[in-house]
This record gives sequence, structure tokens and C-alpha cells, in this order.
Amino acid sequence: MSNNLRFKTSKFIDETSRISFKFNNKTYFGFKGDTLASALLANGIHLIGRSFKYHRPRGIMTSGSEEPNAIIQLHDNSSRTEPNVRATEVEIYEGLVASSQNCWPSVNFDVGGINNLLSPILPAGFYYKTFMWPASFWEKYEYFIRKSAGLGKSPKVPDPDIYEHNYIHCDVLVIGAGISGIMAAKMAAKNGFKTLLVDEKSYLGGSSIYDSSEFSKINNQTTSSWLEKEINEISKLENLEIKIRTSIAAFHGYNFLLARENLTDHLPINQRENKVRHRLLKIRAKKVITATGSIERPLIFDNNDRPGILLSSAIKKYIDLYGVACGKNNVLFTNNDTVYETAMSLIQRGIKINAIIDNREQVDSKICYEVEKNNIKIYKGFSVVDTYGYRRINKISIMKLSKDGQTVIGDKTKLSCDCLGVSGGWTPAVHLFTQSGGKLKFREEDQVFIPDIYSSDQISIGSCNGDFSLEEIVKNTVSSLKKFLNIDNSEYKTIEIISGLNQSKRNIWLLPSDKSIGKTKSFVDYQNDATSKDIKLALREGFRSIEHVKRYTTTGMGTDQGKLGNMHALGIISETAGTKMGEHGTTTFRPPYTPLTFGTIVGRNVGEFFDIFRRTPIHDWHVANNAEFENVGQWKRAWYYPKENENMHQAVQRESKAARDSAGILDASTLGKIDIQGTDASEFLNRVYTNAWSKLAVGKCRYGLMLNEDGMVYDDGVTTRLGENHYIMTTTTGGAANVLGKLEDYLQTEWPELDVYLSSVTDHYATISVCGPNSKKIISKVIPDLDLSDEKFPHMSFKNAKIGNIKCRVMRISFTGEHSYEINIQANFGKSVWEKCMESGKEFNITPYGTETMHLLRAEKGFIIVGQDTDATLTPIDLQMDWIVSKKKYDFIGKRSLYRSDTIREDRKQLVGLLTENPEEVLEEGAQIVADIKKSPIEMLGHVTSSYYSPNLKKSIALGVVKGGKNMLGQKLIIPMENKNINVTVADPVFFDKEGERLNAKL
Amino acid sequence: MFLISCPFCGEREQSEFKAGGEAHIVRPKQPTELSDDEWAEYLFMRKNIKGIQYERWNHIHGCRKWFNIIRDTSNDQIKAVYKMGEKPPVK
Repeated sequence: MSNNLRFKTSKFIDETSRISFKFNNKTYFGFKGDTLASALLANGIHLIGRSFKYHRPRGIMTSGSEEPNAIIQLHDNSSRTEPNVRATEVEIYEGLVASSQNCWPSVNFDVGGINNLLSPILPAGFYYKTFMWPASFWEKYEYFIRKSAGLGKSPKVPDPDIYEHNYIHCDVLVIGAGISGIMAAKMAAKNGFKTLLVDEKSYLGGSSIYDSSEFSKINNQTTSSWLEKEINEISKLENLEIKIRTSIAAFHGYNFLLARENLTDHLPINQRENKVRHRLLKIRAKKVITATGSIERPLIFDNNDRPGILLSSAIKKYIDLYGVACGKNNVLFTNNDTVYETAMSLIQRGIKINAIIDNREQVDSKICYEVEKNNIKIYKGFSVVDTYGYRRINKISIMKLSKDGQTVIGDKTKLSCDCLGVSGGWTPAVHLFTQSGGKLKFREEDQVFIPDIYSSDQISIGSCNGDFSLEEIVKNTVSSLKKFLNIDNSEYKTIEIISGLNQSKRNIWLLPSDKSIGKTKSFVDYQNDATSKDIKLALREGFRSIEHVKRYTTTGMGTDQGKLGNMHALGIISETAGTKMGEHGTTTFRPPYTPLTFGTIVGRNVGEFFDIFRRTPIHDWHVANNAEFENVGQWKRAWYYPKENENMHQAVQRESKAARDSAGILDASTLGKIDIQGTDASEFLNRVYTNAWSKLAVGKCRYGLMLNEDGMVYDDGVTTRLGENHYIMTTTTGGAANVLGKLEDYLQTEWPELDVYLSSVTDHYATISVCGPNSKKIISKVIPDLDLSDEKFPHMSFKNAKIGNIKCRVMRISFTGEHSYEINIQANFGKSVWEKCMESGKEFNITPYGTETMHLLRAEKGFIIVGQDTDATLTPIDLQMDWIVSKKKYDFIGKRSLYRSDTIREDRKQLVGLLTENPEEVLEEGAQIVADIKKSPIEMLGHVTSSYYSPNLKKSIALGVVKGGKNMLGQKLIIPMENKNINVTVADPVFFDKEGERLNAKL
Repeated sequence: MFLISCPFCGEREQSEFKAGGEAHIVRPKQPTELSDDEWAEYLFMRKNIKGIQYERWNHIHGCRKWFNIIRDTSNDQIKAVYKMGEKPPVK
């Protein structure tokens, strides 16, 4: 490929450092300072990828983050591989590897291109309409549709890069370092505001930094040289921080913004080691100045998507900033003065312009005359009606526009070209403004939406505020900032602007064609292949809301979010529907402005930091003793302790048997513990638990059930009266934080008169539960001084004790139905006391058991687990726990709800025991319970909540909730499974030792 | 994410707080005297206003105190913050 597309005139390109990179497996060269797009263009490459739906060849269309077409797969096949990257934003580095997307076998010959020929039968909503019937075929359709959907490929292995999050607080945040952003940053920083200036590009100055035209001058200097001095000055300011390659992703309420700072993407891979790749900045600014500029509009005409068709401002930027000519035979097409600046840049470098097609009849600004003087043919009042060339544009045809601009007239003229620059005027980049909650207004004269009502302390300046001429930009920036920052301007007192451009424009949203619309392909959304035809179809089919049209046609739903075409879509809708532009509003602008990588969003919260977890003080012992763990809330709890080749079932059977036959030991440290003190502590417990607490003697323990105000069971646990005004409450592991929150809520808001203080002490104590017939012997060895006689230390009581010199609390409480003790000791002694218990219990074969065995043992006794056997739809009456609901207490949380018409229904789901006909058959938890399988539809009566094989009863046992189950004792029910029906009998939920003999046995 | 001025700690990020629903719904002193409908009114019926709303908030990752705010739900502007038990400031 000839290299005379590169002009050695750009000071932004470092011609001394040549960089090699690969695109579609072929090596090319560019220079430091190039983007992938500019380097490819310098190599004469326009064709980058294939479009989403029709697989049409597509090329580079823009020079920035608005790019819809030139999206590539970066780092093929490596762990860093990234899809849908905009070639216009990738700064090249040595060894860069990129390839085309959405094409097979290659971008030059793509089988999917058949869709382009089929396009007449692929209109908007094609998939919705076609794959509806028969419904059962959907799964088959889906397979093929999914295969053809999507653009690039996601990585298949973990991301090797590091990401992080940072908080930034500043007085003034300036978004965008174009001419108005630079001026704003200077005014703010010089007036004592701690200022942050961010720009998504790798350089400062925006498009003005390469504008050395004679037609836009500031104080008699070219814009670029004036701006360079300004940039030089602000880079020395102390209270101004400047961040380049930093793109604002989201602008939330209260001036809270998210930005992505890109730190290493421009470096060769070998220089990225151990460096943070992206930083997500969480910015809280007192004031925000939005200077995000504007995005040039394309024009909508037939076949406006061919490679070689670019925005005119992009052509200017490629030649001025990168020294790259996009073509050797250019045609420019416009409805405003912008392309004449591009023309001047091309003329200056001697690049051929075949013609300029201008929609306007009158073209009379200074710059236009200057272009004409250079013998460039300007077709005034003309429009492009078609383009030619498959992989690259090679011809266009033009026709004269009628007076009203609705049709084309006269003869068709064909012009050759290898590059077509288009300009439909400019769209203010109001995305961030609207994200923040700002309201737009529509300006008729030049058909733009501009900021109107601000939602926070912020201002939009420059062209994102609808100021397009250099004079307006500079002067309005100064005057509005003086007001906004409440400062007296001393920086820009005298400023003289010379501009050779007019702001006249002839806006036609959809340019007319000599063909019927059905025969045209005028792309509105390039990435999603949505055409003007699709939008008109949607309107004909009755869609009116812009939000609905958007979703039906997928206009604006690509990774570029329709930065180029959304305005045209609105324009075509209002022209077609005969409504006024602006009445429809716009579609919602949602964050992020440009796509963020997942890495940026999660930051350091990956791997073991993805979700925090809590470990008990005895955790290391469990690990050392081969425990398997389960997650309970945030806790890692020992689940079971397999020996040698044991599977889970075998381990649990062994542990369960050992606990009842001799002794078991459980780490119960995760149970929530709340210390309750105060003169009204007893009264408080009376109000939060269903049972009575005033008469509980000091030194005694009691099981309590807590309801929600709606009468449903919320939590349970044993609470111990440590002193006259001192209790310790235990809660379920998962419910601890919520129970504390609920208790605090009632204390602070409903009963502030109560003298009660709550402290969470869950982490302060290790809790070790020793159970079984030999537990007493073991505890007497661990704490020899403690009198364990039934008289001195009966069931449901507590004693203060000492192990060595360390104080501990010992409760005689049981969740297994066995004689058992619970030692609570300062957390850091937990592990050593556990080990002491293990050693003392060795002669009794003390067996550590995990949560699975705990669940099995309590199920044998019919004890519920809140959250497993209950699900916030069960009252204590439903659980057959009437005994714990005080009849005498006037009030407690949830009491009134226990006799609402709904809660007293007899046919509510109630907790029952279930026994299988075949004692070896273990039910599946969650299985449905029915009575009659012949009836259709089958009536669901309830479901299985807990199910185990009990080694102590040598049969399968289960708990479940069944409609009206309370009165169904002995009744036969059916559990229908995939391949069989299991017969069960409703039983008492207490399966083992109903009389509690083991608890009271003399040991 | 908005900023809330906790009456005890001062201005903090919304992420430190937990929303607690509509404010000034007092738990009936004598629930047993109420009909099903009256109890249901207390238990279930909540307003969901677009505009000025009185809300309970809890500084759950701070001082853990409950307090009330007056918030415009259409734009999240907080008009007033006041402690539990205090009367809402006159608009």
C-alpha cells in the first residue's frame, strides 16, 4: 500500500518512533501518537468490520468515542482479549494485535453478507414477527439466533489486569478539555477553587488544538497557538489537577460522577506488568462545569454507510492531528459551513477535492469563498442520492434538491471519489447533563437540544451548550463562568475573535432519493443496521413513543448508544408523524457514556475479595481437620468433617450417631449475640418475643420466638438472664444483623421511653457446644470447679465459670435434644478451649460435627430452623408452636396479626412431620406435596422443607408445610417426582425422644 | 447517590444509610382494640408519592440512629432532616 497518505506536518505524531502492529494477521506500521484508526487509514485501510444485521462492509466513520462502525476485537485470543473496542480510541503501541468482528471467514469475504441480499425480508421486528409460531419451536430458533447474535467475542479466561477504585473530592470539576474547558479550568483554579479537569483523549485542547486555520483566530493568533499557551499556563497551576484518558461514565444527582481513568492501555503489553489498568474514579464535586463539546451529525441518504464515508470533522482531524489523508480523491457533502474548514485543511496539503455538495442554495461565508477561489467545484442546492463501491466507496451520484427539499429533481450526475466527508451540523453532547437530571429544550433555528433546567450546582458551556461559533464559545464561556463561580474575571478581559464561518444550515433529516423509500438503505443507526425505512415502518405499525420506536427498531441500542443517529431518528419520526420536533423529547441517556470494562466496575473486588466472609475463631482448626465449609450469611461454617474416603452422607451419618451415642462438639460461634442491658430490659423482651419474660429468674435461659408485625416468624434463639437488668440474646446466624436493626428501630422510634441498651457481641465470643450422654463428663474435665449436678445446674440455666484464669459463661441448653453445654468464652481463647474439649473428650470418642449434622439432629427433634422450615409466611400457630405464644400478654410485636381473618384460616400451610412408606427413601427438600394426582390441575398442598436419613431412627424423616396439615395426622399424601410418586404419611414433627427423656436423664 | 445530613453525624453518602419507609406512622398503643381493617391500615398501607415525601432513614453504617427526612422523590432533593420524635419543620 502506498504510504503517500501520510503527511509529515503534524507535531502530534512522533515520526522518529515507528510502531508495528497487526490487523487481521497482517503487519502494518504507524507512529507514536497514532490511533489504530489513523494508522490503518495511513495504510489505506477503511474496511474494518461487518455490520450487525446485514453484514455490510463498514469502515472508520469518526475519530472519537462516538464511533459506531470501526469496532474491533483487541488482543485476539489472549487473556486480555476485548470485544467492541473503538479503533478510533485505541492508541497504538508496539505489538498491538487487533482483528475485525462479526465476519466469517474474513472481513473481505463474509458469508453473513447474504443477509444484505435478504434485507427486504428482514425489516424491523423481523425476529419478533417471524419466530412467534409455533411457540414450542422457540428453543430451536433461539439456538440459531443466539449463534448469529453479538459482535465480538468475550474472553474465556480471567482478566490478568489490575483495576481499582478511587474517591476524589473537589470544588470544581471540569469535564472536557476543549477550548471552553481549558478556559473554565483556568478561571476556576486561579480563583482558588480546587479544580479537576478531565478529558477522554490523550491530549488537551479538543478540536481547537489542531485548528491553525486563518479563519478562526483569537487575539490575532491561530486558535491552536493561543490554546497551546493557555494549556502551558494551566499545567503549572497548583490547585488544578488534570487527568487525560479519563472519561466520565456517569453523572448522577448531587454532583456525584463516575469516571474511568485509563492508565495502561496505550502501553506495550510488557510495560503493563503490576500496573493498574483502569481506575474508576468516584468524584464528588461541589460544582460541575460540563464542556463536553458536540458531535458532528452525519447525513441520511441512500447507502450512506460505505467504507470511505466519514464525518467531515474526522477527515480534518486525521489530516491536521495525525497527518493522514483519508482519501486521494475527496468529495465533501454538507448542509453547513463545517466542511469548508476540512476543505481548507485538505487544500493546504494539496490533497484533491473533487467536489463539494452543499444542500444550501446560498453559500456566502468568507471561508466558502476562499475554497471556491481554489477552483473547487461546489454543487449548491444539491444532494447525494446514492453511493457505489462494495468494500470502499468509489462513486456517488448527486441530484438537485427541490425548493422545499422534499424531492430531488433534474439529472443524476455521477462523481468519482475514494472518500466522502459528510456534515449534517452539530449535536451538543448533552448526555451527561441529562444523566444528572437536567431538562433539555429544543432550539428551532438549528434543530438542537440544549440544556435548559439544571438539577444541581452545574453549568454547561461551549458547544455542548449550543454555542457553535468560536466567538460565542469564548465570550459565553467567560460571561457564564463569572456568574457561576461568582468571580470577577481578570483572565479574559480583552479577547478578540475573528471567524470566517457562518452558522447557516439547511436541515433535512432524511434526504430525498429518486428511488422509493422501500428500495433505499439510508442508515440512521449504523451499528445496529437501523434504516429510515425501519423507523417509518415502526410508525406505520402504530408505534408513537420514541422509546418504543427505539426498542422496536433497535435504533440507538448499539455499543455507541446512537451518538450519531439518534437525532435523525427523532427528526424522521417527527417529519413522518407530522409533529413538531422537540414534542417527542429524546430517549433516555443512560450511563455509561462509553462502555466500561467489567474490571473497572469491580475494581479490586475479585477472587477472594469478591465477597467478604467471616471466619470463627476456631476456623483454622476446622481447616486442619479436613472440614468442608458452607456459607451461612457471610460466615464460613464447618459443614461436615469427612474422614478418609467418606462422602458427605457417610460423614453426617457417623457424626449424628456419635453425638447421640457418646459426645459431639459443634462450633456455634456464628450465632448472633446481642447484649441487652437496662432497667426495662425485661419489659423490652416481653414486647419483642411472643412468650413472657418478666418472671425468668436470674441465671435461667429461655427459648424465644420473634415475629414481624405481620405475625410471621422472624427469628428465634435462646436468651439468658445474666443479671437483674442484663440479658444476652442469641439469634440465628443469618438473622443477627437484621434482628439488632429491628430491635434498635423499635427502641428508637416506638418505645424511646424504655431504658434499654443493645450491643452486638457476636464477634466477641467463641461458642462451643458439647452434647451427648458423655458431655457432662467432658465438661467436668474441662471446668473441674463447676458443679454440674442437675440440682445446681439444671437444664435451661447458666453459670459463670473459669477455664484457667479465663472467665467464661456456660449455658446448659440443647438444640439436639441431648444433654448439652454451651461454653461462651472471649473469642481469642476459642480455639484453645475447643482443643481442650477435644482432648478431654478423646476417651469418649468426642466427634466434631458440622452444620449438616446439627440440622439432622434438630430435625429428629422437630426443632425448626427459621429460614429453612419457615419463609416469612408462617405464624407460630402454623408451626404448631402455640405453646410459645403468650395468651396473657397484652401486646407484643405481631400479636394483633395472629387473629386477622387471614391468619386464623384453618387451611393455612402448617408444619408437619412426613414419613415415607419406604423408610430408606429420602425426600428432596423443596419437593411438592399433593393429595390427589388424578385431578387436573393437581392441587399443590405444600412442600418439603427439611429431609434427612436419621441414623438414630434408622429411617427417613422429613418436615414440610401442608395446607391444613395440623388436622391430617396419619393421612397419606403423595410427593410426585420426575419418575415416580412417593407415598408419605403425615406424622408428628417430633420424631425422636418425644418425652425428652434424654435431656432429663441422670448422667 | 445523594448526600444526607445525619442530624447526629453531619453530611454523609447515601450508601451509609438505609431507607425505612414512610415516616410518622405510629404503632397503635392498643392493637387489640383495632378491627382487622384498622390494623391492616397500620400494617400495610403506605403512600408512594411522586413529590414531597416524609421518610424514615437510618444511619446504619454510622451512628445507627433513626431520623426523618423530607425528600422530593422526583429529584431526590432533601428539604429537611429532623430527629425522631420531632415535629416536621413547616414547609
